[in-house]
Amino acid sequence: MPAADHRLTTLEMARFVAEGYLRFDALVPQALNRRVVPELGELAKAKIPQAVGVAPPEDPLERPASRTPLSKCYPPPSPLGEVLRLPQVEGILTSLVGPDPLYDHDFVHLLPAGSTYRQHLHVDAILDTPSPGFDVQLFYFPEEVKPGEGGTRFVPGSHLRRVRAEDVARYQHLVGEAQYAGPAGSVLVFHHGLWHAGQPNPGAGARWMYKIRLNPRVPQVRLWNTDDLAAHHNDPSDHTFATMRFDSVGHVLRAMQPWQQGHEARYELVQRIRLWRHLSGDERYDVDYYLTRLEQRDALEAGNADA
Amino acid sequence: MSERQQVLYLWLAEGALDMPVVAWAFHDGAAGSGPGLPEGDPPYATGLAALEDGWFLLQSPAARALTDDAGHETGPLAHEFVFERRIAIEPASG
Repeated sequence: MPAADHRLTTLEMARFVAEGYLRFDALVPQALNRRVVPELGELAKAKIPQAVGVAPPEDPLERPASRTPLSKCYPPPSPLGEVLRLPQVEGILTSLVGPDPLYDHDFVHLLPAGSTYRQHLHVDAILDTPSPGFDVQLFYFPEEVKPGEGGTRFVPGSHLRRVRAEDVARYQHLVGEAQYAGPAGSVLVFHHGLWHAGQPNPGAGARWMYKIRLNPRVPQVRLWNTDDLAAHHNDPSDHTFATMRFDSVGHVLRAMQPWQQGHEARYELVQRIRLWRHLSGDERYDVDYYLTRLEQRDALEAGNADA
Repeated sequence: MSERQQVLYLWLAEGALDMPVVAWAFHDGAAGSGPGLPEGDPPYATGLAALEDGWFLLQSPAARALTDDAGHETGPLAHEFVFERRIAIEPASG
């Protein structure tokens, strides 16, 4: 059951941990989408030259600096600010990165009709620390994106791999990769580590996408609607080859992507367990006993027989 | 008569050549004058299927030497197999 304040449910959070993204179709009302597009056009006039080292022309917009709290970005009457402060957007962001996160940067990704620009797969920014904390990147599509017409390509479940962007570029395709297509006003929220790439737009119309990266200002522990946490948060004995639940966070975390096969998938699961430990605040959380088995042995060797 | 190289990278689910393909990349030095990849997602079900279709194995991955702390980490796809096919090119006339 969605919360009145639009924060995510426990199982939605588990799916974010497993897949690295959540998708919300037509989240932004159509009347607002229509008002945003001209503002994105103005923003692009400033952002695109600046990105290639050219001073932008006179800029009518009040653009935020990095580390500005999101609530102060694009003040009224900005339609874009209105999107970013919609209760349904705020509920999603609060669940993942906490209240009023910091603006990191944003960009307007405009693909004109017929654009042949194609990116290699990459992760944004630089190699991250091993800390389980994360940023989110919100991808907002104010207009419909038809299948194959410039929607962002991405690899579900890739976000917890420790990689550098230049190494990911070598993969032209992964089994189970996705390319976004959907109705106007749709929003994708990515873990910052998700592999993705811009695609050509052979369609007849421009493809607009606004992307904003946000940093948490509080520890990312139980920020979602935890009313259902106790009901779904399995205990560490939940084990595929012993007894297991089918309504638990662990059951969501076990679901692998088509490219995550064989024994390698066990290590994917370990990364997800570590992230769920961080988010839930339960340092003993486990799925399929992978970490508990090792930790109880370590504890015994350290002389703690109660472990 | 000269030759051009086609290169096929296959990333497999595990370290054996007959394991399923999970990712791929194709680079065609013959610029389309030779055969392409079979239709399919992925184009070959396994590394072995690529051998059976005429690809020659250039490189297979060594098993990883693990350290105490790094053994549980995930990173780049580990099981990278590289294949080649040589394409005969007719000399340009005139």
